[in-house]
Amino acid sequence: MDTEIGALTTVFTEFYYWVTVALMFLIHVGFCMYEVGASRHKNHLHTLLKNSMLIPLVTITWFFFGWWIYWAFPGGPGITGGLGHPDPSFAAAYTPWGESMVPRLDDRISGVFWAAFLLFAWTAASIVSGAVIERIRSFAFWLFAVLIGSVTWAIDAAWGWHFSGWMVEILGYHDAYASGVIHGIAGGCALGVLVVLGPRLGKFAADGTPREILPHNPWLVCVGLFLIYTGFWGFYVACNVPIIDAETIGGQITGVTMTATTIYLTPTTLSAITFNFLMSLSGGMLMGYMVSKGDAFWTYSGGLAGIITASAGNDLYHPIQAMIIGGIGTWGCYKLHFWVERKFKIDDAVGAVAVHGYAGFIGLVICGFVLWGHPSSPYEGFAPISPWGNFIGAIIMFWVLGFLPAFILAKILAAANLLRIPREIELLGLDFVSEQDKEIARQEMVEAERKLV
Amino acid sequence: MSSTTPVESWAVDLAEVTMIHPMAGTEGILAIIAIVLWIAWHIWQCKFENKYFEEEVRRFGDAENIRRSMNE
Repeated sequence: MDTEIGALTTVFTEFYYWVTVALMFLIHVGFCMYEVGASRHKNHLHTLLKNSMLIPLVTITWFFFGWWIYWAFPGGPGITGGLGHPDPSFAAAYTPWGESMVPRLDDRISGVFWAAFLLFAWTAASIVSGAVIERIRSFAFWLFAVLIGSVTWAIDAAWGWHFSGWMVEILGYHDAYASGVIHGIAGGCALGVLVVLGPRLGKFAADGTPREILPHNPWLVCVGLFLIYTGFWGFYVACNVPIIDAETIGGQITGVTMTATTIYLTPTTLSAITFNFLMSLSGGMLMGYMVSKGDAFWTYSGGLAGIITASAGNDLYHPIQAMIIGGIGTWGCYKLHFWVERKFKIDDAVGAVAVHGYAGFIGLVICGFVLWGHPSSPYEGFAPISPWGNFIGAIIMFWVLGFLPAFILAKILAAANLLRIPREIELLGLDFVSEQDKEIARQEMVEAERKLV
Repeated sequence: MSSTTPVESWAVDLAEVTMIHPMAGTEGILAIIAIVLWIAWHIWQCKFENKYFEEEVRRFGDAENIRRSMNE
């Protein structure tokens, strides 16, 4: 901040991340609208609160340990380096008592950067929330929210979404806008919970045929998805480093040209990702409409799936590649959703495993082929992007860090009878008592007013 | 008068100012308090939710009442 250009760069970066945080709030508003809209009337207030309360819980735990995990585990530890690799001072500074976790005049970036990552954490937890509506205990869901929001996503980001992550260095893993590190892991986590939690009562007929549980408000669902699109702009922009010079990167780039980069510090531009965001959204919506034969929910979900599929390589794709890849992922996730539902009796209430998990997985695999050989990092010695690197990465994201920890925690909670709400409550509806109380209050008020006539 | 923050006067070069929050040096204690409160919140919420469900099942959980609620 002691030179004019230095001050401008710093304040621009600070403001840039701050704006992304405000935009990403809309993702959460959208998720809440879509989840409440998809639930039945008898459950909607509990559904809203279940999702909303992950905000404070993931926020405080992200402060307590999530952010530290991100900076502590890029090396594995022990795969490419020890705890805090490559610079342990970062991990030390980001403990909850660390020197960078306080307001300071000589550090204008830590707070906004922490918050941008936090909003990704909310998104990961919120994706899981929709899949498990109408039968999970809030206590259980909030533990899963902390698990994915402040532990497993922080680990996956350290491994595969950090300029020194071991997956980037050894596998050449490339996932610029989080096909796997957010969507793949969240889909895997949701599936891990759903396998143990089971379907909503009545979802499947005795012969195993799935029944459609209609949303109480399809408009709210679709507008919620529209809001997620809007917030997704903040998500994309937050994945970039807005302005940095070659000297600060300290890699193989020469010259004095300043640039925007991905989280891996590989150069890209906001313009590139704007092309590709919109083209992959379009590819997904067009395919969603076609494959679902004009179903509004799947058309909107297709838009999301399109972006999610193309996200791994949207820093580099040609816009038409992004459109085609978005369409392929949407087709794949739609088909997989209904196949898994019929075959394994998985009741994913909002298609979250498909739209986020399967699309994210497919997107990583496609990215490995399309960007084969492109340098994954500006640093010497890092593996280039490859099909096998991204395929192994997809397995790590979806199955190892997504499905497995959630499945284990779900088993523990189920054994303690703390996973699923009682059968009677599920039939009555989670809002039954509050609805009764409201009716009593309404009648009392009507009586009181009658006496005034 | 002394200040609770590390700043006692703004007659300083801002390049020299670092932390500005009150009671600097207590960050470790604050973290322990906050983590204990967080865990306690989950314990309280688990008990609250269990009691809420038990009470609801006791009051409204008979088959007749459930059937009636479905018709409303």
